[in-house]
Parts: sequence; C-alpha cells; structure tokens
Amino acid sequence: MHLEYTAEDEAFRQEVRAFLKAKLPEKVSERVKAGQMLTKEQILDWQRTLNEKHWAVHSWPEEWGGSGFSPIQKHIYEEECVAAGAPELPPFGLTMLGPVLLKFGSEEQKAHYLPRILNGDDWWCQGYSEPGAGSDLASLKTRAVRDGDHYVVNGQKTWTTLGQFADWIFCLVRTGTEGKPQEGISFLLIDLNTPGIEMRPIITIEGGHEVNEVFFSDVRVPVENLVGEENKGWTYAKYLLTHERTGIAGVPAAKQQLKKLKEIARETDMGDGTKLIDDPAFAERIARVEIDLMAMELTNLRVVSKAQAGGAPGAESSMIKIKGTQIRQELTDLMRRAVGPYALAFTPEVYEEGSNIAPIGPEHAALYAGKYFNYRKISIYGGSNEIQRNIITKMVLGL
Amino acid sequence: MDFNLSEDHSLLKDMVARFVREKYTFETRDKIIKSDVGYSPEIWAEMAELGLVAAVLPESAGGLGGTGLDIMVVMEELGRGIVVEPYIATAVLGAGLLAEEAASGRGPGLLDDVVAGSKIIALAHMEAGARYNDQRVNAALEKAGDGFKLTGAKSVILNGAEADTLIVSAKGPEGLALVLVDKGADGMTVRGFKTHDGGRAAEISFDGVAVSADDVLLSGADAEAALGRALARGTFAVCAESIGVMEAARDATLEYLRTRTQFGVPIGKFQALQHRLVDVCLEIEQARSIVLLAATNLQHDAAERDKAVSAAKSLIGRVGRLVAEEAVQMHGGIGVTWEFSVAHMAKRLIMIDHHFGDTDHHLERFQKLSAA
Repeated sequence: MHLEYTAEDEAFRQEVRAFLKAKLPEKVSERVKAGQMLTKEQILDWQRTLNEKHWAVHSWPEEWGGSGFSPIQKHIYEEECVAAGAPELPPFGLTMLGPVLLKFGSEEQKAHYLPRILNGDDWWCQGYSEPGAGSDLASLKTRAVRDGDHYVVNGQKTWTTLGQFADWIFCLVRTGTEGKPQEGISFLLIDLNTPGIEMRPIITIEGGHEVNEVFFSDVRVPVENLVGEENKGWTYAKYLLTHERTGIAGVPAAKQQLKKLKEIARETDMGDGTKLIDDPAFAERIARVEIDLMAMELTNLRVVSKAQAGGAPGAESSMIKIKGTQIRQELTDLMRRAVGPYALAFTPEVYEEGSNIAPIGPEHAALYAGKYFNYRKISIYGGSNEIQRNIITKMVLGL
Repeated sequence: MDFNLSEDHSLLKDMVARFVREKYTFETRDKIIKSDVGYSPEIWAEMAELGLVAAVLPESAGGLGGTGLDIMVVMEELGRGIVVEPYIATAVLGAGLLAEEAASGRGPGLLDDVVAGSKIIALAHMEAGARYNDQRVNAALEKAGDGFKLTGAKSVILNGAEADTLIVSAKGPEGLALVLVDKGADGMTVRGFKTHDGGRAAEISFDGVAVSADDVLLSGADAEAALGRALARGTFAVCAESIGVMEAARDATLEYLRTRTQFGVPIGKFQALQHRLVDVCLEIEQARSIVLLAATNLQHDAAERDKAVSAAKSLIGRVGRLVAEEAVQMHGGIGVTWEFSVAHMAKRLIMIDHHFGDTDHHLERFQKLSAA
C-alpha cells in the first residue's frame, strides 16, 4: 500500500493545470471562486472547450467521448478544476442521463442524444420528484398513457434544478398500476417545447432561483422517446441515482472552501487587536472539520478506486453522500460564523453579473449566510440523508 | 419558587399572541419584508397602541413594567410570528435608553412620541472591525463652538436607515457619550440593506455632524452603565424571541410528521425522525430554562446580569442552530423554499446568532465572568 501520488499522476496534474491556465477565462474563474452564478452561455462555452479535449465527461466510454481517466486521475482533475475556479458542468446530461442511455438506450437514442449532450446542444433537466413523491419516489403519479405512436403525459414534477435553462427533461412516469409501485414506472425523454408543458420557478430559502416545478397537461410524447422497456424505468432510475450520488462528496470543492475559511479567519479582526484565527474556539472548529475532510478525501479515494471506471459503486455512494454533505454543510456554517455580523446582509443585488454596487463588509462576506442556507438542500436532494441511511441499513448491515 | 406567569403577564402574553396570530400572518409578513421600509408603519402604530413599547419601560418612566419577564413575554410571542417590526431597536434598546434616569437634554422628551409609535429609534453602537466586541468605540465627539461634532462610522445597525433618531455612541470629552442624531442630519451618510432574517440594517458614517449640548443623552459613567443595560436587554430580547421561533418551528415540524405520508404511512411513524424531534423538544426546554434565568437576572448588577445573559445567548446559539437545521431537514424540500414559513423561522434562528454576539463570543464572555 502506498498513499502517495505516482510520478505519472503528478505529470498528469501538471498537464491539467497548464490546460486550465491556458483555456479558462479569468472573468469566469473569478465568479466561480466567489461563489457567484454563471450564465448558461458561460457554462456551455466552458463545456465545449473541455469537450474539444475530450475532458467533458469521465463516466462514458472513450468511443463516446469520455476522458478515459482512471479514478485517481479523475480526482486530480477535479481538484485542479476547482482550484482554478473552473465552472461545474451541468450534470443532468453528462453524469445522469448519459450513463442511463449508454446502458439502456437504443442505438438510435445513443447516436442522437449523446453527442448533443457532450456539445451542450441540449440542456437536460430531471423530472423525478413530485409533490407527493419525494423520499418515496416510487409512489410517483405523473401518468403516461399510450395513444397510437405517442404517450400522453399528465402530472407534475418538482425540484427541477436549472429547468429554466433546459431544452429537454428526462422523466419518470407511471405507465402501469399493476403490482408494486416500482413495477409500473417508465423512463421518458420529453422535449420541453412540446405544447402543454409549463415551468414555474420555486424560490429557495436564500432567495435564489435554482429549482422549478413542471406541469404536464396532455403532453404528447413520441413512443421512440421511451428509454429501454416500458414499466422497467425504476431499474434505470436507480442506476442513475447511484451515479448522481458519487460526485456528491465534493471533496475538491470542500478543500478550496477550507482554504478560503482559513484565509478569512486570518484576516478577520476580533475588535481587540487579535484575529479570528487566534480565537481558540474558532480554531478548534476549523481543526475538527479539517481532520474530517482529510479522512473523507481518503475514504472517497478508497471508494472510487474500488469502483471500476464506468461501473457505479453501490451502498458506498450512500456513505460518501452522508459524510460528504455533513462536511460541506459544516464548512458553510463556519463561513457564516467567520464573517460575524456581516453574515446578516442579504444583498443579492451586489453580486449580480455586471453589478458595481459596493458590498456590505469585506468583499464576499455577505455571500456566506446565503450559501449556508442554500446548502441545507444537499442533505435533502439526491435521496435525503435519511434515505441513504435506509440504503446502508439494508445493503450493508442487512437489517 | 413559582414558575407561573403573573396575571398581568398572562394577559400581556395572550394579547400579543392574539395580535400576532390575527394581524401578522405569514403572507402579511412576506409583503412587509419585501416593502421599501421593511416594516409596517400601520402595524407598528397598532403595536404601540396596544402598549407594547410601554410594556418594556419602567414605571418610573411612565412605562408598564420593563422587567426581564415583560421583555420575555412580548418577545416570545413576536418570535412565534417571526415579526420584523423595529421593536428591538425602538422599544427594547431605544426607548429603554431614553427612559434612563440619568438621561438629559432633549432625549427624555422624545419618549412620548416613541411610546405612541410615531417615532422610530435605533442604537448606532457597533463599528466595522469590532466584530462582536461591544467595548470598542472609535467614533469621536469633539468640542466645536457651543456644541460638538461627531465623526466615525457605525456598522450593521439594526433599523438604522428607518430610524427618525439615532442614539450614537462616541468617545467624548467626558468619556463615553450617547448622543442623538436625527435622520437626514448634515454630514451623515446612511446605507440601508436587507438582512437574511427579513429585517433591515444600515452602514452609517458621520463626517463632522453637528451635535448640540441638548443632543447629549448620557455621558461618562452614566453612559457606560446605561449602554451595558441596553445591550444586555437587547441580547436577552433575541434570546427570548428565539424561544417563540423555536417552538413555532417545532410545532410546524410535529404537524408535518403527523401529516406527510411517504411509504404509505405518516413519516412521524419512523423512529429515526421521532427521536430527533424528541431531542429538539428537550433542547428547547433547556433553552427556555436558561432564558428564564436570564430574565430574573436582568435587573441585577452588571456582573450577574451579563453572566446570565451570556449563558443564555451561548446556549440559544447552539440550540437555535439545532432546531433550525432539524426543522428544515425533517420538512425535506419544502423546508428550503421561500414560500414556506419554516424556512424563515430557520433563517431568523441562525441570524439571531449574528446579532449581539454569537455562541462562541458569549461562551468566552461567560467563561471570563464565571471565573471572576
């Protein structure tokens, strides 16, 4: 056993770093580092730059445009991307739908959708949750009824992240009512320009617009947009969810956040000539989360190393999700604490693209409480941490 | 020992509770926090008419009480409705300072208008770079002709932009001074902003603002003592408020566990959630006890008072976070939406930790006071 990176790993890191230095626009990286929203175009431009180098996606086979990175390379790559302030690519097509199509889609679907996903021609969003079907996803009620060579879809989806940018939605719909609830679910691809679809924003706790509800009223979807077999959608949905969870540890982002936290703690005056970093109580809070993160990084590497490229880890992804979200939430909690009274300021107008309004307090201080509130979502989405514990209870403990 | 509220306090509690329930619905509050001024002048006038400003003033100043229990009873009920009216700034801090026995100049004369609800007051004390250190005052009051001029900057001042009159702390010729500066004074720059908890605060700077002898409310040892009392009352007020917010969040969560059905049963049937809500209830009881202790110590001498207040604020910061996070988590997705009241309760609970010093600040202050 050795826990060091090899010379090849280090050479790879240098290659990634040089590429980012050459290609990543400074204007974009500055906004990313400050935790500010990007425009759809900024994100897609970056995706296209990466795609030219075949670095936009890692879980797809190389013949479909995947990077072919080993798990360790992927980790190094992500670390460098976060450190450089590269935009996070939209996961909906690349890491959620893509693997499902590769495993269960028809040749026509793969040939049509995958290149469009890679190049950012279509922005996808997810239609899983419904108002009455959250943790109990299989109880979903949105109906798709066969009518000739179409399905007619009626119902409502919710928590659709970045649906306002999307061209297409992949949906779980009910096509059967026989047997267990899981048995009558199908996986359908729906063009959001189809008549009968309405998307409404949901404003979240901190005042942002990331999620939406989507209403379907007699929406006609061609049968060729069914993925795999009718009533087998639950299998595909679960496959997608394990992929959704693997990136959720967010170790590279957490490391950057820790760095920023220490920076703030070194700069923040306590009002008595000392700095926040000198405060034993706060220093202890930082140390605890740093130790947790050191362990988490290795736990994550242990799990990703075990999972062969392309394969999805099972219950381990649930463990990573719980621990990863706890650490990231703790970091946002410390950030809002660190900036003291300036955490109070709710001034989104200061941080809008192109704004020249001066911030309240130190430059980004007023962003952190919003981030803390926003990050309450990460222990809820992608299967709440309670649901992850149920999975571990069943799959690991066998209870 | 008697843990029952007196008849007067029970009546006060019921009156405020009814007012909040009937007049301060979640929809009303949402309109208010999005409005230009961030509070409702009509509702504020009604609160004053009900005697809620007078309730936290001593009888010696024409008030109806002014004890820790008076503040507690009112604040708890305001917390239940996450009320954003300028009550802490104007009644608890502002009116309290104007009603100080040693207060002089034009200050005491303002009290009638404040009690009647026609004037908003704010305390401009904390400064940039002071974090939660309330002992640091760099603003300066210098002799100029018959009067003084005020120079300095104040930071994150609760309701500072809405106030008709500010009570500003500064270093004067006779030590600490608390002086009155009216809205729109020459040389004063005010930048108001929204806060995450639905309130308002302001960055305020004074560049040679003229202050007359009549504007000096308190100075020297009187100012020090009065400011200490005011800050203790303000700190205590948000602790008492948080009890109301926490109980409202707990009630909403309990209701949700009873009614939200997943996997064919109400989610309250799951032991994993039951036990967590039990822990929330236990911690809220602890919080209530520490607030009661602080309430009864609020009139005591500074050392006892501050020790009890810091104990309360430290514990409230810890428990407030637990209750906020658990209430949101157990509600799932809707817990993180703007249109749902629990999200705003959570925001108020977390933001209370940033008003008047956070849990770490008060833990350290308690350690010092307790060791003395």
